[in-house]
Amino acid sequence: MTNLFTLDFFINALSLGSLYALIALGLVIVYGILKLVNFAYGELIMLAGYVLYLLTNGTAFPWLVVAAIAVIAAMGTSYLTELVAFRPVREKSLTAMLITSFAVSTLLQNGALLIISPRARAVELPEAFSQIVHLGGVDIPMRNILTILTSLLLLVGLSLLLKYTVLGIALRAASENFRMTRMLGVPANLIISTAFAISGILAGVVSLFWIGRTGSVTPTIGGAPLLIAFVATVIGGMRSLTGAVVGGYVYGLLFSLIGIMLPQSLLDYREAFMFLIVIIILLYRPEGLIRGGSTGERVG
Amino acid sequence: MKVSNLLTNGLSNNTTPLLLAAPLLILAVLTSLFGSTLLVRIVTVLFINLILVLSLQIFMGNSGILSFAHVGFMGIGAYASVLFSMTPQAKAATLPDLYAFLRPIHLPFLISLLVGALIASLIAAVLSFPLMRLSDAAAVITIFAMLVIINVVLVHWSAVTNGPRTLFGVDNYTNLGNSAVFGLLTIFIAYAFKESSLGLKLRASRDDRYAASSIGIDIIRVRWLAFILSAFIAGFGGGLFAHFITSFSPYAFYLTETFSMLAMLVVGGPGGVSGAVIGTVVVTLVREGLRYIENSANINQTFPFPVVGFTEVFLATALILILILRPSGILGGREVRWNRKPVELPDEKPASSIQPKGA
Repeated sequence: MTNLFTLDFFINALSLGSLYALIALGLVIVYGILKLVNFAYGELIMLAGYVLYLLTNGTAFPWLVVAAIAVIAAMGTSYLTELVAFRPVREKSLTAMLITSFAVSTLLQNGALLIISPRARAVELPEAFSQIVHLGGVDIPMRNILTILTSLLLLVGLSLLLKYTVLGIALRAASENFRMTRMLGVPANLIISTAFAISGILAGVVSLFWIGRTGSVTPTIGGAPLLIAFVATVIGGMRSLTGAVVGGYVYGLLFSLIGIMLPQSLLDYREAFMFLIVIIILLYRPEGLIRGGSTGERVG
Repeated sequence: MKVSNLLTNGLSNNTTPLLLAAPLLILAVLTSLFGSTLLVRIVTVLFINLILVLSLQIFMGNSGILSFAHVGFMGIGAYASVLFSMTPQAKAATLPDLYAFLRPIHLPFLISLLVGALIASLIAAVLSFPLMRLSDAAAVITIFAMLVIINVVLVHWSAVTNGPRTLFGVDNYTNLGNSAVFGLLTIFIAYAFKESSLGLKLRASRDDRYAASSIGIDIIRVRWLAFILSAFIAGFGGGLFAHFITSFSPYAFYLTETFSMLAMLVVGGPGGVSGAVIGTVVVTLVREGLRYIENSANINQTFPFPVVGFTEVFLATALILILILRPSGILGGREVRWNRKPVELPDEKPASSIQPKGA
């Protein structure tokens, strides 16, 4: 407990939080517009991981180029799933859309099982990921600093896009009141496709750093980030993009704190504790920390 | 079923469970008389799946709330029933760290199943009580959270579940006969529930929750009771599954199984008992057929690499197509009836067509 608020704890929590913020943002950007909890989101992260694996082992491209291709692949897949699977059921019902996303998730996951292998595949990482930086007397992995900086860059870029471009303003309007936005002449398909593409880009970037932590990719690697996205969005508020980011950082901090404070015997149940927190938050503050538009989700 | 309903709708309205059960009964009898070992196995799996899918239908079909947690209660039922049905010697061998007071208990099979189901429904009652006022995405995420919590506990509570490792040494009590009896019984229970006043209130809350609560339906209570009943049946089905498969790990009760259950329910149509039954039959046969092909391809090494996941890829693709072409399932929430006239009320909407999107 003595090292609770030291610099390395802080940086570690911040880097975890940045990663979680990106994860949550990728989920909420689709949820905000379509009200769809996209279960296939985790599989986008997996897919980018496999592209990374295939290209780092098979070609001589520099790592950054490979990373860019992986992110584009995740974006393309996200767009394609929207086009092929979600668009036809969009008008039908929320439940149909949710089950579709669960089916897409199963499809992609088992596709990876079938085409590649159930076993973990090692992914080559650039030098920078394993370097250590000495800062203020403590050792900090370069990876964590890279995570924080990249997330900041992406978050700033995305908020500029959302604030100052026509597309971004339309996206924000759609997430507040989609029907009204459509009436004002904004094409629904364009907005939804854009949201899925942004979601895919975020998943791709998350994949780089997620795999940067473990160094390998498996067909089920998307499960954990998906659960994190659920928790973070619920903490922060499912109705607003800011809420997702705040939720991600809060979750990163909570997760690190729980890691220090729970006794070892209970640490195995850490996920269960996080989900208990989710349930409690949804019960007492279903709108999350950051209030978005009207909720109207509860009865009684 | 209320007497007044019986009088107004006539007996033809209640032929549904009989019409569903009769062909399955014939299938069970024929299989036990003439079936090969493989076929007996597949039909037994079919009846176990039927119980599980109907348990999901009871809650999901009538309340319109997507539940990911039922496979969790199936898992609880499986582990709990096994703890009571195994002999003390078998427990000592497979669960060395089991609590002392549980070790000497050795109950008959049926009682163990009921105890397992009861434990599942009690846990469901406690966990779900605060959640039943949530709808839409909040309900989906919290119920999903419930599945994750159950799974985390099953994986880590080594003393009772043998942790992430496989639990073995369970006696093979489940056979074609008893699984068929319970499967057919569940058809009647699910139908009776749907037509009961509780079921009717729940369906009213599904179609319009504000209108339902304005006429005095306590939505939270009816949802809660339905959840408890469906968790009981899921737990019972889990117990049957455990004594059929005889060795399993907590991962048998997670997302893959959830996907199978949902696929069975959605393919047939979650709004009705008939849809659940037909979906279970179709998907079980397709799934077992594909598994058989997959396994024999792997054993004979038809391909130079092991084929894993082909069944799920096929099922997922089929499910997406069904959702695109017939989002409320093959039957669309209608029930099979003796007279072919559409007796269904025109305002009866299947579960998956509620909450039309503004999008």
